[in-house]
Amino acid sequence: MARRQLLALVFCAVHAAPLAAESIGDPTRGATLFDRQCKACHQIGAGATNRVGPVLSNLFGRKAGAVPDFKYSKPLTRMGADGLIWTLQTLDAYIENPKALVSGTRMNYRGMADATARADLIAFLRDYSDQPQNIPESEPTARKTAPALDPAILAIEGDPEYGAYLSSECSTCHRRDGTDDGIPSITQWPPEDFVVAMHAYKAKLRPHPVMQMMASRLSNDEIAALAAYFATLE
Amino acid sequence: MILNRRHVIGTGFATAALLSAPMVWGQAKPRVVVIGGGAGGATAARYLAKDSAGGLDVTLIEANPIYTTCFFSNLYLGGFREFESLQHSYDGIAAGGVTVINDMATGVDRAAKTVTLAGGQTVPYDRLILSPGIDFRDGAVPGWSADEHADIMPHAYKAGPQTQLLKSMVESMPQGGTFAMIAPPNPYRCPPGPYERVSMVAHLLKQTNPTAKILVLDPKDNFSKRALFEEGWGRHYDGMIDWVGPEFGGGAVEVRPDTMEILVEGEVQKVDVCNVIPGQIAGKIAAIAGVTDDSGWAPVHPDSMKSRTDENVYVLGDSSAQGDMPKSGYSANSQAKVAAMSIRGELLGSKVFPAKYSNTCWSLIAPEDGVKVGASYEPTPEKIASVESFISATGEDAALRKVTYEESLGWYSGITADMFG
Ligand SMILES: Cc1cc2nc3c(=O)[nH]c(=O)nc-3n(C[C@H](O)[C@H](O)[C@H](O)COP(=O)(O)OP(=O)(O)OC[C@H]3O[C@@H](n4cnc5c(N)ncnc54)[C@H](O)[C@@H]3O)c2cc1C
Repeated sequence: MARRQLLALVFCAVHAAPLAAESIGDPTRGATLFDRQCKACHQIGAGATNRVGPVLSNLFGRKAGAVPDFKYSKPLTRMGADGLIWTLQTLDAYIENPKALVSGTRMNYRGMADATARADLIAFLRDYSDQPQNIPESEPTARKTAPALDPAILAIEGDPEYGAYLSSECSTCHRRDGTDDGIPSITQWPPEDFVVAMHAYKAKLRPHPVMQMMASRLSNDEIAALAAYFATLE
Repeated sequence: MILNRRHVIGTGFATAALLSAPMVWGQAKPRVVVIGGGAGGATAARYLAKDSAGGLDVTLIEANPIYTTCFFSNLYLGGFREFESLQHSYDGIAAGGVTVINDMATGVDRAAKTVTLAGGQTVPYDRLILSPGIDFRDGAVPGWSADEHADIMPHAYKAGPQTQLLKSMVESMPQGGTFAMIAPPNPYRCPPGPYERVSMVAHLLKQTNPTAKILVLDPKDNFSKRALFEEGWGRHYDGMIDWVGPEFGGGAVEVRPDTMEILVEGEVQKVDVCNVIPGQIAGKIAAIAGVTDDSGWAPVHPDSMKSRTDENVYVLGDSSAQGDMPKSGYSANSQAKVAAMSIRGELLGSKVFPAKYSNTCWSLIAPEDGVKVGASYEPTPEKIASVESFISATGEDAALRKVTYEESLGWYSGITADMFG
C-alpha cells in the first residue's frame, strides 16, 4: 500500500476512534467463566485460600508452582524451577490445554478451546494481580497493536510533521542540542542509518531494553517519519 | 516573561493583555492556562508555546519561583548530587514565549472558564491544564499531620526544604541510632522512590554511622523492583535494613512526633529519624476545580488526558487517574506531550496523531549500581494500558549497572532540558 493511502487510513482511524491497544478480554464475561469452570477448585481475591487448586490471586508474574503450602505435582514444580512464569502468553497456553504445556500436571481440566473465552477469563484473573500503576514491571494489561512489516522499508518517505510529534518521546532522554552524557545524541544521523538502527532495536538485535521497547511499537512509517524529522534538524 | 505576585515584570501591554481578557485589537489568540510548573505542567506549557509558534497565548501559574525536582532528590540524600543541581528556574520557559505567573491558584470557575490567584487576579482560559502534583491524605498516618509534624517527622516527598531537613537529620543521627520510614500505600508518586531512598540513606550511614539501623514499615505486600532492592541491600548494606510488611504490622503504624516514638501493633519503639510518607491524593486545586472523584484523583480520557468531567480541562501527571502508568516525572512529561498535541488540534486545527505513552524509572542502589524498570502504554477505551514492560535483572554485572547509572544521569539532563528549555 502506498504511503499516502496508509497515512490517510491512519488519520481516519484517529478521528473516528483513537487507535487503541486491544484489551485482553472482557473481565465480566471472564467472571462468569471462572464461576462455572474454575471455582470448584480455585479461589481468588481477598481472603482466598488454597483448595483442590492453589490460590489464583497475584498469579501474573509468579513462578509456576510457587504458592507456599500448596502441594504441586512434580512436573509443575519442575517447570517452575526451569523458569516457567505465568504471563498472558503462558497462561493462555496452559488454559487452552494444560497437559500440552505441563505434561503430568495434576490440574484435572480438559482445556478451553475458544480463544475469546480464554481471553475473557485471563482478563478477569489479571485484575487480581499487581497493577502496573503501582508496580511498573508487572505484566501488561493489554495487547499492543503490532505494526505490520513492509518489504520496502528503506524506500518509505517519512512525514516530518508526524516525526516531530513522535520525536517528543525521544527528547525525554536524548538532548536536542546533541549533548552526549550517558545517553547518545540522536541528531544529525543520516536517515538511512537511523532507519536501520531503529529496525535493529525493533528486531531486538541491538541490545538496549528501553530502545527495544520504544522501537518495537513503531511502525515502518513511523520510523521513516522520525528519520525524516531528525534529518531536518541542524 | 515572568510575573510576580507583588511585582509585575514586563510591559504594561502584556500585563493588560493578561489581566483583562479579550485583547484590544484583532482576533484574540486562544488562551491556554497551565496550573503547576512541574514535570507535567512545565513540559506542556513549553511544548504548547514552541509548537504553536505564537498561535496560542500560554500562561503558566506556578507557586514557587524555582522548581526543585523530586527526581534525583534521593541521590542528594545519598551525597551523589548537590542540592542546587536539583533546582531549575522558569526563565527558559518564559523566554520560549510562555507568560509565567509566580503565584498560587486558589480557585477555578469552570462555568466562567477562569482561574483565581492568591494575589487576587482572575485569569481567563479556553483550555485549562492542571498538573499540580500530589497532596497528602488527611489522617493517613495516625498521629501525623503535614501542617503540624513535617518539621519533626519530614515527608520529603515534595522536594525542597523538606529534603534538606531529612538529610540534616540523617547526618546528625546518634551512632547506632534508628532511621524509620513509614512507606505509603498505593497509589503514590514514584513507586520505587521510597526504596531508592532507603538505599541512599543506607549508603550515607554506612560511611558515617555503620552501626545505625533502618526500619521500613510498609502497608504493601509487594513493591516495585523488590527483588533488585533486596539483592542490593544484602550485597551493600548487609544487616542494616529491616523491611516490615503488613503481615508483621507494617500497615498499622501510629506515630508520636512529640516523643519520637512509633507504635507497631501496639508496641512502642523509639526512633531517631522518622520519614513519614503518607497516602496521597491529587494536588488540592484539582479537587477545588471539581475534577476529582471519590478516589481523590482526577479521571481522564486515555487518548488525550482530557478530564472526564469537563472537556475544557486536562489533568496531567500525578493528579490524574489514567490507568496503568505509574506516577512519575517521566510519565507526566510523556502525558504532557499528548495533551499539548490534543489542545493544539482543538484550538488551532493542527494534526492529531495517535497517543503514545512511555515510562522508565531508574533507581540508584549504591555507587554505580543503577537499575531500571520501564513500560510502554497505549490508550484503550477504558484506560491507558501497559502493553510491554522490562526490568533490570538480578545478578547483572557491575559494568552493566554502571552504564545504567550513567544513563540515568543522561535522562536527568534530558528531561530537565525538555521541561525547562
Ligand atoms: C523522592 C522522589 C523520587 C522521585 N524520583 C523519580 C524518578 O527518578 N523519575 C521519575 O520519573 N519520577 C520520580 N519521582 C516522581 C516525580 O517527581 C513526580 O511524579 C512528578 O514530579 C509529577 O509531575 P507533576 O507535574 O504531576 O507534579 P509536580 O512535578 O509535583 O509539579 C507540581 C507543581 O505544581 C505546583 N502547584 C501545585 N498546586 C498549585 C497551585 N494551586 N497553584 C500554583 N502552583 C501549584 C507545585 O508548586 C509544583 O511545582 C520522584 C518523586 C519523589 C518524591
